[in-house]
Amino acid sequence: MDSAFSAADLSAIWLTIKLATVATLILLLIGTPLAWWLARTRTWWKGAAGAVVALPIVLPPTVIGFYLLVAMGPHGPFGQLTQSLGLGLLPFTFAGLVIASVIYSLPFVVQPLQNAFEAIPEHALETAATLRASALDTFFSVALPLAKPGLLTASVLGFAHTVGEFGVVLMIGGNIPEQTRVASVQIYDHVEAMEYAQAHWLSAAMLVFSFAALLVLYTFNPAGKRK
Amino acid sequence: MGVTDRFAASLLIFVFLLVASHAYAEEKITIAAAADLKFAMDEIVVLFRNTHPAVQIETVYGSSGNFSTQIRQGAPYDLYFSADIAYPRALKKEGWSASEVQTYGVGRIVLWSPSREASKMTLADLADPSIHKIAIANPQHAPYGKRAEEALRAAGVWEKVEPKLVYGENIAQTAQYVQSGNAQIGIIALSLALSPELAKQGSYALIPDKLHQPLEQGFIITRRAAANMLAHDFARFIATKDARVVMTRYGFALPGEVK
Repeated sequence: MDSAFSAADLSAIWLTIKLATVATLILLLIGTPLAWWLARTRTWWKGAAGAVVALPIVLPPTVIGFYLLVAMGPHGPFGQLTQSLGLGLLPFTFAGLVIASVIYSLPFVVQPLQNAFEAIPEHALETAATLRASALDTFFSVALPLAKPGLLTASVLGFAHTVGEFGVVLMIGGNIPEQTRVASVQIYDHVEAMEYAQAHWLSAAMLVFSFAALLVLYTFNPAGKRK
Repeated sequence: MGVTDRFAASLLIFVFLLVASHAYAEEKITIAAAADLKFAMDEIVVLFRNTHPAVQIETVYGSSGNFSTQIRQGAPYDLYFSADIAYPRALKKEGWSASEVQTYGVGRIVLWSPSREASKMTLADLADPSIHKIAIANPQHAPYGKRAEEALRAAGVWEKVEPKLVYGENIAQTAQYVQSGNAQIGIIALSLALSPELAKQGSYALIPDKLHQPLEQGFIITRRAAANMLAHDFARFIATKDARVVMTRYGFALPGEVK
């Protein structure tokens, strides 16, 4: 079956992997300090901050897509900023999709990390402090290794959730080959063009991938092991 | 009777009422219409209600290709208005239609922009480097996108323009990409450019119809509505002068019909 994936399908798959990888790396960079802060802070607006982070779980992707399209457009605040910086407009670009994915998948990275950080016993950190470890040192040599299962969960979920993104991409992507035409959009186009055979191949690939990702998660990282 | 029992009982009554209200609304049609028909169809439905005040009419707008796929999977649409007559013809051939395929209009494509004087532009102007993004509907499955690509190729600018293209899922999303300013100009349906909303925001230039295949548009009554009298009434209404006036006003003139 050499005709299972067309060149356009392969390019969509590659783009999807690229998008999910870049988005997951950025999410880990932003999400780790954010989750650490959410886990340790005693500020009165911790609840509000946690709720904002969790918003993409409950918001329809159309809401995120619509606001992003308006905000990143030429009349939106973000669009005016990127234009004045000489970056141009972000809708219909790969960079725009990365930003959208980071927002869309944020809770899937922050929440497992936050749970992992919260599960670290206070005395472990106190011991490190009595050994005169700096806060940064404590974080990297005590907290982060202890939170390893959470880190794995966060990476897999962040990656998989970005791969599964559709509504937001449809609204701000503009369906450009090698820029914004990801696998989920490519499947939609195949179905609309009644190319069911191609839609089947790509859908099956997504199904297998998603199952494999979750299998890795549940095999190597059962929820009970965390504590 | 405990709290949970009482809750269960009221839930049952609620569900019963829902089902019952549904069963009594017999005089009902659901129309699936291509996105370019949005404004024309809304007006036609209002006119149709004048003579049918008690009936329930639902209209759903979207992509023609998507609707035809959904009808094959048993979607509950009673009438299907496609932007490309090829879709209802294919459905008819496969036995999904309860009527002949009827032409209700010929669509036209236009250059439309809210930020530039589009009325003075031609397709050749799209190569201008100051235009970064041009929106068209997806030529893979959207009828207006197919015609836009044909016209760009016929005008000899396809190679220059292709890197700037962004693709809307249907013609309404294409218009919205331009309206929001994310694309500077777009090739959209004349019917949308003439809509009250877009007409006051921008200007348009008609693309000569000799540059592309005709956008013949047709509708059918679906198989599930074969016995639905209201669906047949509505189909007949589309051919009346009242409905034609609206159609021609939105640029869906039939050959020989005066605009």
